[in-house]
Amino acid sequence: MKPGHGEVLIAEGDVERAEDEQRLIEEFRRQLDAGLWAAVPVSGPEGKRESIMVRSFEDIPWDADRVIFFPRAAGGR
Amino acid sequence: MLLALAATALVALALLSDLIVPRVDELWNRYKARRQRAPTWSYDPGRERRAEARARSLLRSCVNEEEWAMYRDLGFLRVWGTLADGPDDAGGTGGAPYAYLIYPHRPILAYLAQTHRLLNEYCVTFPDETRPYGSSRLPDSDDVLAKWMALTGDERRLITTANMHLPGRQLDPAQVRRDLWRLSQWERARMRQLAGGDGPAPADRQSAA
Repeated sequence: MKPGHGEVLIAEGDVERAEDEQRLIEEFRRQLDAGLWAAVPVSGPEGKRESIMVRSFEDIPWDADRVIFFPRAAGGR
Repeated sequence: MLLALAATALVALALLSDLIVPRVDELWNRYKARRQRAPTWSYDPGRERRAEARARSLLRSCVNEEEWAMYRDLGFLRVWGTLADGPDDAGGTGGAPYAYLIYPHRPILAYLAQTHRLLNEYCVTFPDETRPYGSSRLPDSDDVLAKWMALTGDERRLITTANMHLPGRQLDPAQVRRDLWRLSQWERARMRQLAGGDGPAPADRQSAA
């Protein structure tokens, strides 16, 4: 998510392929190092939707089709 | 005589150079900085609109159909709270169900679902300090999605991060109660519609109002 732009595709690939997985891991770390939060939207029972906050690449569910990065929350006024 | 004066002046200049050179350097840098144009972005009136369209599309792909319809029709999202006794600083809910209303770029509001008693306002922002296009503010629907993801993913963490205020600091309680009434009407209409009853869809009722 970017101000003035909205959704931006950062990287995509197939984690089954080693070179893709390495690239995705590096990009994932780069985003977290830049201070962003990462979340994976998931579907629960009875159509319920929620998200999982992930702090490491290993936390991402194996069947996740995307990870969304967004600016870290801060207390507002 | 003249030679002696020139020699003295040269010596004095050499001795003072340590003081003069940095000062001259600083003045030169200031001069260059003043002449340098500040980065500007050409104003694109469609940029924010396109950003919001992309953000709405992303939000729609993340929440379920009911939540999307709620946001589209009413302009806010409701997220149910999951903490056993409510948010830590709400004084305890006694196990009563509670929920949050998420508005774009407004505080998150916690309330008791059955009585509609307002609990707290939680002021939270998601500033992007890289400020692409000069602003740190996400599009409206991205702000709602960020709150939704943070709340459903780690409610306690978000509530702890936010600045808590009593209801009424930023959101008018009367307006919130109207929104809760609108939400209940909207849900009834939706239930009727899903049950196969007649009558216009909630979105049509909104646009007709």
